[in-house]
Amino acid sequence: MRKIKSDAIKEAVSHLCIQANLVLRKDIFLALERAYRSEKNKRAKGILKILLDNASIAKKEKLPICQDTGMAVVFVEIGNRVKITGGNLEEAINAGVREGYQKGCLRKSVCEPFSRRNTRDNSPAVIHSRMVKGEKLKISVCIKGFGAENKSQVKMFEPTAAVKEIKDFIIRVVKDAGPDACPPFVVGVGIGGTADYAMFLSKKALLKKITNYRLPITDYVSKLECDLLKEINNLNIGPMGLGGKTTAMGVNILTYPTHIAGLPVAVNISCHATRSATKTI
Amino acid sequence: MKKISLPLTQKIIGQLKVGDDVFLSGIVYTARDQAHKRITELIKAGKKLPFNLEGQVIFYCGPTPAPRGKVMGACGPTTSSRMDKFTPLLLQNGLKGMIGKGSRSKEVARAIERYKAVYFLAPAGAGAYLSRCVKKSNLIAYPELGPEAIYRLAVKDFPLIVGVDMKGRNLYA
Repeated sequence: MRKIKSDAIKEAVSHLCIQANLVLRKDIFLALERAYRSEKNKRAKGILKILLDNASIAKKEKLPICQDTGMAVVFVEIGNRVKITGGNLEEAINAGVREGYQKGCLRKSVCEPFSRRNTRDNSPAVIHSRMVKGEKLKISVCIKGFGAENKSQVKMFEPTAAVKEIKDFIIRVVKDAGPDACPPFVVGVGIGGTADYAMFLSKKALLKKITNYRLPITDYVSKLECDLLKEINNLNIGPMGLGGKTTAMGVNILTYPTHIAGLPVAVNISCHATRSATKTI
Repeated sequence: MKKISLPLTQKIIGQLKVGDDVFLSGIVYTARDQAHKRITELIKAGKKLPFNLEGQVIFYCGPTPAPRGKVMGACGPTTSSRMDKFTPLLLQNGLKGMIGKGSRSKEVARAIERYKAVYFLAPAGAGAYLSRCVKKSNLIAYPELGPEAIYRLAVKDFPLIVGVDMKGRNLYA
C-alpha cells in the first residue's frame, strides 16, 4: 500500500481551486483566440477581445477570471493500493476548498438551500470519487458558476428515439441557456446510464479538452460532437447572446451503457470561462 | 462611444438608445437576489431602505473579496432575469438604472418605459477586466449576506451596452 497524507490532498485541492479560478485553461484560451480570429461580427469580436484581455489580466494580477468562483465539483480517482492517513478523503477535500477559497480571495458562494445562510467558506464541495487500479490519486477540480449551471437539463428518451431528436434536445437546451449562461459555451453531454449518471457524465465531460476538429473523424461520438458544434454555431447566439458565429467552443460527449427501456440524455452548459484543474499525487 | 457621468438625469436617459455603447462613471450600488428580496420587503412595509433608490443605479453583482492592495476583486454582472420579479417595484420607487447580463422580461421592459429608466449590459464573465474600473468600494448594508451584501462602488469608464432603453426597446427582443 502507498500512504498518502490527508494534508497532501488538502493542499492539492486548495491549489487547484486557486489555479482553476485564476488561470484560464489553455484549450479554452486557444478556442477563444480562434473564435476572435474568425469572427466577422464587430460587436462579437469586441466582446471576445475583452474575454481574452480578461484572462490575461486575471493571470497577471492574480484575480479570478469571473466573480462567480462557483461551487467546487471535485472528481477523485483513488488507486486501490492507496491508503489515506491522518484523516479521510471527504474532510481533506473540503478542508482544501476552505483553504483555497480563503487564500485565493475567491468568492464564497455556497449557502443552505432554504435559509440561504452562507457557509462562509465555500464548502462543502460536490465530490465524485471512484476506485481505480494503481497507487495514485488523481484530483480534478471543476469550478461551476451558476449562471450556466442553472440551465442544466436532463431528458429521458425512448430507446427507439432518433438521433435527430437527441440533437434537437441538446440544441434546445443551448437556445434556452441563451445570453444568461455566458456564451460561447462548452456543452457537456452525458448519454446513457441512469438519469443521475447521465447528469454526472455531462459534468465530467466538461473536464475533457475541447478539440479543434481538423482531422478526418471516424468514430460516432466525435462525429456527433462535431455536427452538434456546427449546428449550435449556426444559431447566431454569439458572445453575450448578441450575435456572432461562436455560440459554443466545444461539445463534449461522454457515453455509458444504459437500460433496454431507456435513453437518458443530460446537458450541462458551461460558460466561456470553463474552469478546471487536475493534479495527480 | 458615449461617456456618461452619474447620476442619471432624465436628459441623459433620453439620449440613450438600445444598442448604444457607453462608458459609465459615478456611483452604483451592488444588489442581487437576497438584497432585492429584502429591499422589496422593506418597501412593502414602508420602512427605510439601506440607500435611497431615487435616481440611483443598481449593479447586479456579487464581487470576489479584494486581494490585499486592491480596491476590488473580480466584479462582473450576474443574470438579471432573476431580479425581474422585484424590478418594477424598485423602478416605481425611483430606481433609474440597472446593470446586469442577459435579457429582461416584458414586464420589466414595460416598467422601464413607464418610469423612464434604462437597463445596461456589462461584459459577462469578465470580472477581472471590470475590476480595473472600480475606484472605490464601501460595504453599506447586509454584511451577513457575504458576497450578496450591498456595496457602494465608484466606477470609472465602466464599459456597457444599452440593453433596454426608456422606450422599452429590448436588445434581445
